Formats: sequence, structure tokens, C-alpha cells
Amino acid sequence: MTGMTVIVKTISGWVKVLIFLFGIDIILFGHLTPGGGFAGGVILASSYVLLMLAFGRKFVEANLPLPLASRLDCLGAFLFATVAILGLVFGGAFFTNFLYQRYWPGQALDLVSAGTIPLSNVAIGLKVGASLFLIILTLSSLHRDVGRAEPPGAGKASVARQE
Amino acid sequence: MLYALCFLLFMIGLYCVVVKKNLVKIVIGLAIMEYAVNLFLIMLGYRVGGTAPIIGRGDIQAGVDHVAAHFVNNAVDPLPQALVLTSIVISLGSLALLISICIRIYDKYGTFDITEIRRLRG
Amino acid sequence: MAIFYILLFFMVIAAIIAVETKDLLSSVICVGAIGFGGSLMFLLLCAPDIAITQIVVEVLGLIILIRATISRDHTFITGEREFFGMVVSLAILLVIFLAGIKVFENLPPFGAPIFAKMAEAPSQSYIRNGLTDTGAANIVASVILDYRGYDTLGEATVLFTSILGATIILRTQSRKRWEELET
Repeated sequence: MTGMTVIVKTISGWVKVLIFLFGIDIILFGHLTPGGGFAGGVILASSYVLLMLAFGRKFVEANLPLPLASRLDCLGAFLFATVAILGLVFGGAFFTNFLYQRYWPGQALDLVSAGTIPLSNVAIGLKVGASLFLIILTLSSLHRDVGRAEPPGAGKASVARQE
Repeated sequence: MLYALCFLLFMIGLYCVVVKKNLVKIVIGLAIMEYAVNLFLIMLGYRVGGTAPIIGRGDIQAGVDHVAAHFVNNAVDPLPQALVLTSIVISLGSLALLISICIRIYDKYGTFDITEIRRLRG
Repeated sequence: MAIFYILLFFMVIAAIIAVETKDLLSSVICVGAIGFGGSLMFLLLCAPDIAITQIVVEVLGLIILIRATISRDHTFITGEREFFGMVVSLAILLVIFLAGIKVFENLPPFGAPIFAKMAEAPSQSYIRNGLTDTGAANIVASVILDYRGYDTLGEATVLFTSILGATIILRTQSRKRWEELET
């Protein structure tokens, strides 16, 4: 995927930061305003997709390479499972909201409230964002043949091709 | 009548999956079916003159920790919304998987036409 | 209520165009129009969470679909499948359509859901006790992360597995090059 003209590159460098910030806002306030982990994670992924469309795939892959993205994905899933198991350890049942019920109730309609729900939102947002970025990066790093069809049985030849 | 239009959308997607020959058209038909099903589930929970199930400052009485009666009587159903939220993100994941299989089939056979793919042995 | 009819007609017409046109790029754009109409419908049906999620997911889905169709040859495929198979499929679709229309007479009318009449429905207890049980003001978030947390765990697993499968299928480089990327 190659980049675009100078105007597009300049504007999308500024806009990408705003979209990233908007995604973080939707994840963090997921228990107070509409949104939550899923929508915020997809918005985070799409900010990086905007960068990939404007600057080209190599630029983004140098900043956030593929092994790092897959490790972030696994970290998000692991964090979500850890919050659930801590509910078992401290609360007595899997997925108990132990922070709200025992230790730290907080004020309603505040940022620090609702126990483990913001932590789960952050974990889900990280996981969904990293997954979708990973799949679009992998889709765009396939070798594209413009207008040339592969003969049948050429699957083995494509393995030896360079990126 | 609104439910019938939603079902018509679902049937258009099903027609596309069953009748068309192009592999990407079949994937598009699946996407149309998923949109129709999500829309139908949310329409089941709608209440005329209702509000979104999010508590604002006007719905809590000061000092008392339960919600006001006008919120309980006017809120739409939160349960289908929770189910559809999950379903929308899963449909994106399965679309990615289907498209990656289509790309691989194109690399191997050179066409998206399913009658041709059936005849070639790789 | 008229706006619901207008939006649904728009979505049905866009779906018919997406199915019947021969150019793949036009069908992908019409699928984007259906998704956008769906997001507007969700907003008018008082589901803002779903509207946000639907529009961003539809944009990413469009990017994935266009990636598969653009610059690939053989995007114009003409002709239909063989005649007898198509007649049988259309007959079965017609039977399903007529049976489905009869089912809709038993559903509650639009705008008066069943849970409004039952006092012990789960949705009523979520709306009444959501703030005191979980402390979250967004009841949908408290449903997916506290009352029904298992479903979210299942969804995270399904997403993880499908992205893993798609990455493995698309892999063209050998193991040596992946290890080179990691260092």
C-alpha cells in the first residue's frame, strides 16, 4: 500500500492524534457515556488504518511492527482473564465485581466508580484494537499482482516470494 | 410492517448467497444478512417515546440511591442491545476470515467463479 | 415513525442494487450505504452504543472488502448458475418468505415490547437495580461486563480465534522471515 500526496499526509498526521484521543475517551468513560470497550477499540484501530492509507504500509510497520501488535493483543486478552479470576479469588464467584462490592464503591456518576467495569473496558479495548490493526496490516502486506492471474497450482511458488 | 421490511432485507441477502456465482458476492450477501438480523433484534426492544438506557443526572434523586420512576417507565430494553454489541464485532472478525480465504482461493485458481473452482483440481 | 419507513426503504433499495450489479466495487459501496442506514436507524431507536459501534465497524469492513476486490482481475462475471438448481432454490426461498410473514403476526406490535407488561422480566430488574448493584450509569455496559460477563469472554475468544485463523491463512513468508522480523 503506497502513500498519498503531501496535503493528505499533513492533514492525516494531525487528525490521527485526535482520533486516537477520541478512542481513548470512549474507552475510559464507557461506564458513564455510550460507547464502551468495543467501539473504542475499533476507533483506535481505525486511527492507525488512516495512517497506513496516507503514509504507506512501511512507515506504519516501522512504528508498530507486527510482533508487537500481536503481543498487545495477547496482553489485552490476558488482562481480561486476570480481572475475571481476581473476581473468583476475592469475591467468591467468577467475574464478581469485587471492587464495587467490597473495597472501593466510589461515587455514582463519577469516573472512579463501578468497580472492575472500567478495567474490563480497557482490556477489551486494547484487545479489539490490536486484533483489527493486525488483520489489516496482514491483509495489506500480501504481494499484489495487478491484473495478472496466478496459474493453478502456484500456491507453492507464492511461499518463496519476497514480501 | 416494519418487521416485514427487515425480513425482506434478510431474504435479499439469502437470495444473494444461494443464487450468485461470484465468491465475493456471496460474502456480501452474508454481510447483508448480518445487518438485517442486528436491526431486527434492536427493533424488538423499542418503546415508543422511550429514552436510551443511560442514567443521567436528572434520573437520580439527590440523596436517595435509586433511579426515578420516569426512567424506569420510559427506558428501552437494554438486553438486546448488549447482545447486538457483541454480534457486530464478531461479524467483523468472521468477515476478515472469509475475505482471507477468498484471497487465497484467488491466488491459487485465478478466478472468483465458483463453478470454475469446482472443476479445477489443484 | 415515518422516518423508520424511509430509512428501511433506502436500505432495501441499496441491498437490491448491491445484489444485482455486475461490478464488484459498486456492490461494496452499496453495502457501505446499507451499514450507514442501519447506523442511523440504531440512533433513532435509542441505542447510541450500537450506533457508534456499527458505523466504525462498517468503515473497517468496507476497507477489508475493498482490499479483496480492487486490482484483481476477473471482477466481471456474467451468467447464472444452471437453470434447474436455480428454480429449486427460488421456490424454497419463496416458501421460507411466506412462512416468515405468517410468523410476524404473532410478534408484539412495534413500540410496545413484551417486557413492559411483565414485572418480573430480567430487563426490568436490570433497569431498576443496575445502578445499585454495579454502580455504572450505562446500563448496557453493566449488562455486558457484570451481569452477563461470560458472553463477553466468549466474544473475546471468538474474535481472537478468527483473527488468528485469518493471519495464519494469509501468511506467505516462511518461518525464517518471521523470526527475522522479531529480532
